[in-house]
Amino acid sequence: MAGSTLEIKDLHVEIEGQEILKGVNLTVNGGEFHAVMGPNGTGKSTLASAVMGHPKYEVTQGQVFLDGENVLEMEVDERAQAGLFLAMQYPSEISGVTNSDFLRSSINARREEGDEISLMKFIKEMDEAMDTLDMDKNMAQRYLNEGFSGGEKKRNEILQLMMIKPAIAILDEIDSGLDIDALKVVAKGINEMRNENFGCLTITHYQRLLNYITPDKVHVMMQGRVVKTGGPELAQRLEAEGYDWIKQELGIEDETIGQKA
Amino acid sequence: MAKKAPEVGEYQYGFHERDVSIFRTQKGLTKEVVKQISDYKEEPKWMLDFRLKALEQFYKMPMPQWGGDLSELHFDEITYYVKPSERSERSWDEVPEEIKNTFDRLGIPEAEQKYLSGVSAQYESEVVYHNMEKDLEDLGVIFKDTDSALKENEDIFREYFAKVIPASDNKFSALNSAVWSGGSFIYVPKDTKVATPLQAYFRINSENMGQFERTLIIADEGSSVHYVEGCTAPTYSSSSLHSAVVEIFVKKNAYCRYTTIQNWANNVYNLVTKRAVADENATMEWVDGNLGSKLTMKYPAVILKGEGARGMTLSIALAGKGQHQDAGAKMHHLAPNTSSTIVSKSISKHGGKVTYRGIVQFGRKAEGARSNIECDTLIMDNKSTSDTIPYNEIMNENISLEHEAKVSKVSEEQLFYLMSRGLSEEEATEMIVMGFIEPFTKELPMEYAVEMNRLIKFEMEGSIG
Repeated sequence: MAGSTLEIKDLHVEIEGQEILKGVNLTVNGGEFHAVMGPNGTGKSTLASAVMGHPKYEVTQGQVFLDGENVLEMEVDERAQAGLFLAMQYPSEISGVTNSDFLRSSINARREEGDEISLMKFIKEMDEAMDTLDMDKNMAQRYLNEGFSGGEKKRNEILQLMMIKPAIAILDEIDSGLDIDALKVVAKGINEMRNENFGCLTITHYQRLLNYITPDKVHVMMQGRVVKTGGPELAQRLEAEGYDWIKQELGIEDETIGQKA
Repeated sequence: MAKKAPEVGEYQYGFHERDVSIFRTQKGLTKEVVKQISDYKEEPKWMLDFRLKALEQFYKMPMPQWGGDLSELHFDEITYYVKPSERSERSWDEVPEEIKNTFDRLGIPEAEQKYLSGVSAQYESEVVYHNMEKDLEDLGVIFKDTDSALKENEDIFREYFAKVIPASDNKFSALNSAVWSGGSFIYVPKDTKVATPLQAYFRINSENMGQFERTLIIADEGSSVHYVEGCTAPTYSSSSLHSAVVEIFVKKNAYCRYTTIQNWANNVYNLVTKRAVADENATMEWVDGNLGSKLTMKYPAVILKGEGARGMTLSIALAGKGQHQDAGAKMHHLAPNTSSTIVSKSISKHGGKVTYRGIVQFGRKAEGARSNIECDTLIMDNKSTSDTIPYNEIMNENISLEHEAKVSKVSEEQLFYLMSRGLSEEEATEMIVMGFIEPFTKELPMEYAVEMNRLIKFEMEGSIG
């Protein structure tokens, strides 16, 4: 099988003593696009941050493997170097560091000393990616995310995705706050990544992104667990009917965390 | 990227050469020592008198009771004058090999080839190497060590010397006035634009040796000059004292920028008085980087004397373990429509202490004057501290003053973000710090920006965890 495999097994995660994830199971293979959907407050973003290793989230139980390697034992940068990527919902602003310097450092962080990407190659790739994402070329010289609009930040996350070319990417609500044109552009960037060596886990609570990025599998999260998994038709049904039918089907009254199932 | 583990503890420029000095005064400060210095330099009588009077003022004045801790500074343990070789050298070939080695390790020769239009590098107390391009001389620009200027350009020297900073200004200007040696003298004639920066490289080499250079710059009407000075000092076990005086005259419509990067070893007291006078429509800019030293007390000042004069101080300070950077700026608005900008960036780590101390003064005649002050501090850990002590004195109602102060920490979110792209915690921290001081480094000439980044990287190594 081509590409990498991300396996999440019975993942339990706490933040400040409160359990948010209560046993998530999910496997993403290279070449597959997965969508994680669900109402607000069901643990979707926690899943993304915990897998990437945000220090605020404490894993209390379960395992995460990337191609059999224990991800939970790795530092954040080691996870990135192993092939994971997280497009963040709220990317940080770093003053004084240009977007292009940051990108080049990120790419070179994955390469051995002496094997850094050549400046010409880097500029060419960045120009191409920026064209795809319909980004103003000035964005390369602006300070990282500083003063970027919400939409610019999202595009910039996808620009990084396209340049870094991870094995497995997690996209945390990459569609939030985007108008339809921006959404199409972002989807175009993500679709360009599609190949058998790239796996993707998209977190969203709107189906509309999935009109442009067709998922192979759709997972629904409630109460800190994946409660239902299906194909693209599941997303469409959620769009048409909402989440209530799932709650009824599973006997869930309050889908948010902190409630007993 | 395969990264070597950072080496912690050893000061990068801590190498030192065998002492080649041929004359030095005994330790301690007496009338005899001052006379010896003046005799040795064959100075005119007025300079000896000036020194002796300054010495008396130094004795009389109390130690400052504000700013940093000076209790471990013992004036009796310092050598006030060391002369490393017999005369100032003009050509590189004539410079003694050991002194050259020191310069080589600081990268001076390459730098000169690429960028310098004139070099005046101070090794210990005296300028040993001095070179100026022919065309600068043809323009009538004087750029030499201050001792030579006293001998060769006495009239103009005497007209300006100690006129902005009298000996009695403060205890350390009095000390410098009594024992000064070396430094740069620059005179730029009317309407002359010096296109490339004039540079000097200072370096303390002898243990317990004070360095009391004296710099005097005169930018005549309509002229323009940029002077750059970088300092590194090797590590020694007991304290050294650096106490310079820098005086600058910026005449009508003239422009002067003075750029310093100081990287003293961690046992150096760096107590410097810098002041400029800006006449009508003149611009004075201090670009001031303070790394290292045990204690720095330095507040570059601009007296905005003429209408429309502009002043700027852009500074960074970095304090690590056992270090205190007490730095800032002074702007004195004495004329209408004068303007000033102060940007202070400081970083404290490993229990270091940074203090911004500044004065902005608007006199009665400062109608329409404006000042903008921005103080940013980045605190790297919980042991380190920062203080902001701004002082404003306003005697005219029609002025505008903006002050913005910001203290930040390297946030968990920022680190997580950068590390999620594959940068190590060390690289991520370094990137945030570099970004923080970028408004400073972008103002430096290329080679200094490179060196600055190198020094900061070195300073930041081992800052994690």
